[in-house]
Amino acid sequence: MKKILIGFYAAALSLTSSVALASGSLIEIPKQEWSFQGTFGSYDKASLQRGFQVYKDVCSGCHSLDLVAFRNLADLGYNEDEIKAIAAEYTVEDGPNDEGEMFERNAIPADRFPAPFPNEKAAAASNGGKAPPDLSLMAKARHGGSDGDGADYIYALLTGYTDAPEEVPASTQRQFTGLFDFLSYKLFATEEEKKPIMEPLELGDLSYNEYFSGYKIAMAPPLSEDAVEYSDGTPATVEQMSADVSHFLMWAAEPKLEARKNTGVKVMIFLIIFTLVMYAAKRKVFAKVH
Amino acid sequence: MSFKTNNKVVQWVEDRLPLISMGHHTLYEYPMPKNLNYLWNFGSLAGFALVTMIVTGIILAMQYTAHVDMAFNSVERIMRDVNNGWLIRYIHMNMASFFFIAVYIHMMRGLYYGSYKAPRELLWQLGVVIFLLMMATAFMGYVLPWGQMSFWGATVITNLFSAIPVVGESIVTWLWGGFSVDNPTLNRFFALHYLLPFIIVAVVVLHIVALHTVTSNNPLGIDMKGPQDSLTFQPYYTIKDLFGLGVFLMLFAFFLFWAPNFMGHPDNYIPANPLSTPAHIVPEWYFLPFYAILRAVPDKLGGVIAMFGAIAILFVLPWLDRSKIRSCKFRPVARIFFWIFLANGLLLGWLGGQPAEEPYVALSRIATAYYFFHFLILLPIILPMIERPRELPSSIHEAVLKS
Amino acid sequence: MADGANPENSAQGSGETRREFLYLTAGAMTVVGAAGAIWPMIDSMNPSADVLALSSIEVDLSPIEIGQSVTVTWRGKPVFIRRRVAEEIAIAEETPLADLPDPQTDEDRVEKPEWLVLVGVCTHLGCVPLGQKTGDKKGDYGGWFCPCHGSHYDTSGRIRKGPAPTNLEVPPYAFLTDNSIKIG
Repeated sequence: MKKILIGFYAAALSLTSSVALASGSLIEIPKQEWSFQGTFGSYDKASLQRGFQVYKDVCSGCHSLDLVAFRNLADLGYNEDEIKAIAAEYTVEDGPNDEGEMFERNAIPADRFPAPFPNEKAAAASNGGKAPPDLSLMAKARHGGSDGDGADYIYALLTGYTDAPEEVPASTQRQFTGLFDFLSYKLFATEEEKKPIMEPLELGDLSYNEYFSGYKIAMAPPLSEDAVEYSDGTPATVEQMSADVSHFLMWAAEPKLEARKNTGVKVMIFLIIFTLVMYAAKRKVFAKVH
Repeated sequence: MSFKTNNKVVQWVEDRLPLISMGHHTLYEYPMPKNLNYLWNFGSLAGFALVTMIVTGIILAMQYTAHVDMAFNSVERIMRDVNNGWLIRYIHMNMASFFFIAVYIHMMRGLYYGSYKAPRELLWQLGVVIFLLMMATAFMGYVLPWGQMSFWGATVITNLFSAIPVVGESIVTWLWGGFSVDNPTLNRFFALHYLLPFIIVAVVVLHIVALHTVTSNNPLGIDMKGPQDSLTFQPYYTIKDLFGLGVFLMLFAFFLFWAPNFMGHPDNYIPANPLSTPAHIVPEWYFLPFYAILRAVPDKLGGVIAMFGAIAILFVLPWLDRSKIRSCKFRPVARIFFWIFLANGLLLGWLGGQPAEEPYVALSRIATAYYFFHFLILLPIILPMIERPRELPSSIHEAVLKS
Repeated sequence: MADGANPENSAQGSGETRREFLYLTAGAMTVVGAAGAIWPMIDSMNPSADVLALSSIEVDLSPIEIGQSVTVTWRGKPVFIRRRVAEEIAIAEETPLADLPDPQTDEDRVEKPEWLVLVGVCTHLGCVPLGQKTGDKKGDYGGWFCPCHGSHYDTSGRIRKGPAPTNLEVPPYAFLTDNSIKIG
């Protein structure tokens, strides 16, 4: 039984990687190690708190986090008073009051993070025509289907602002005219012919990012060395901040991950015993059937 | 079959409404061929999946809001705030896929062992009806979270109907309840997504009634001739089904708890945006073979006809396959072509997930042509000419003793 | 239709006990598994985290003047807050317990005599009584009057006349400062 399980596991994992490769793009997102991966994975609270600090000090200037409430910060290890204090730093619009007017008040733990712009149009207008996307589900909405894929993507994107090359692989690569064309290319094309088609890179107002689809991104490099000062004294390198905020955004997208894995382990143990008992009973019952 | 008990109340009910004897017959004394292999587990597994989908679905419907402005966030509220909501929604998401896995294996088993042949034609056709209803239900369910794939999947699939000459456009407008996929569409899809599973249950009941009238087929494809060929349902197949269920659930639990989004698509975690189409729209994996057939035909109406034809052809399969021998065990040539057909189906599934460009289009055309060749030419014309079936054993009992 | 044979019918002896044990275990496992799967579904119908997060509210009392009433919403129900005038307090305190269908002293129903906080739901069949607005009918006892079936409540929210069985409920609340309370 255990062998079968391991077999399933291996099959599923190999399927994951082959699907990821088959998804077409020439850009491959490097894999990172995250504490929340694996059978017993869980979030690293210190990293979550640092990641929250990066979101608060840097990202939240442009990106909303609509689905997360202040009360959810308890998952990061903050106590009730700390959460009240964090919430009170924000003002939210409430109302209408008895006079029929909207008013501003300090946020309470039950409120969700207020967005930096009143609506999507305003966000687009202030950001060169493209609204910065909400980050609540970013770690599940861009890349892959396994825990960690989305965090890998965010990490790659944040650390992917390298010097712009002269040319990049074109968005449309060689188009085949039919099956024979494809086969003759596969069988007879020279190394030279197999190289991706390149096109000159014209950035305009955009930034170059080696992991962003199309290589041109509207977001200027958001992180620089010591962009935040970590309260726990961790050196704020770009890699450190990227890793922490990726970790934080994975939590924001999948806050129930730890409950999921804990429940999973218990359910799996039950199912293994259940299946073994049924197997023994089945053997016993069928023993005399000829 | 008549049921006797000393309990007066039970007997009183039984004399007026024979529920207990029906249950007793169905789940207890019903004779099953004694040589069934594990492929015969997938019917009950599909039934288990259906019940799971209905139970979790009703619970989810209590928390879901079918409105374009609120649907996406109401699903996220289930994932974040509702007690165990993440668990229930992930069960519903992943069991949908496992339902299709069970049904596809169930269908393939039927194809291999000739379970569609006389006297089981209606049994098979009812199964095809269930399959069609499942596809409609799954499609509408996928629209409900109102993510990008929901919206664009709904747009693309409903647009299929515009291929119908003359009235196509009017039908699409009618389906949408407007001039694009919008709130009226979402509302009616929710209503139908809630309704159809119960219709599936009704057809499943008919499927089982038909099954119990003609009894189960078996790996040898010959009829049971007496008690020496059969086993009672209880305890033999209850316990075997439970064992199969345990294995099935372990595989399911692996996906549910460690890769719950593996069979979904990341784009569906982006709220629907009617002004921006994702770069690469793919349906859920269980539709991919049919999606490949749709795209293989260069003509719009032709593609739609081919896609629906691929399913419709299953209705007439019992008369296309002219061999009197059911099981491929005794059909040396049909057996080879069964595996080719299966490989071709898997190829179609893979092609359905690829972008619509060469060489995938050419391959899709070949695979689609082969799909229809198998049903329309190979089974009715070629196989009867070239195949010489092996000799059938005289009874199940005898064959089991020999092995 | 031929019934199936049951080769185990003749089985006897030690195999029997082991088989019984396996059956029992198998049955028990199935029941435990089913119950374990059903419970999360039932539990999902309990109040969710976002609902629980709003199960207590803070109310600023400073804008309320003597003799005025306000209604706030708490857990989906109206809560009446009345800043009572001295006369209303006096009547409430002096009412003999013998006159009350549901005897309770005014002292037991308030934290500070000036402030009366009540759940504004009639204890008869759940209507919202009148008496909050200046033009409202306040009933024979100057408190609240339920228009559905004619229950009269006094200035302490106690039932005096009509079908309601008990006094208006006092929600759990506490003064955070002199001018604000937390309900719930």
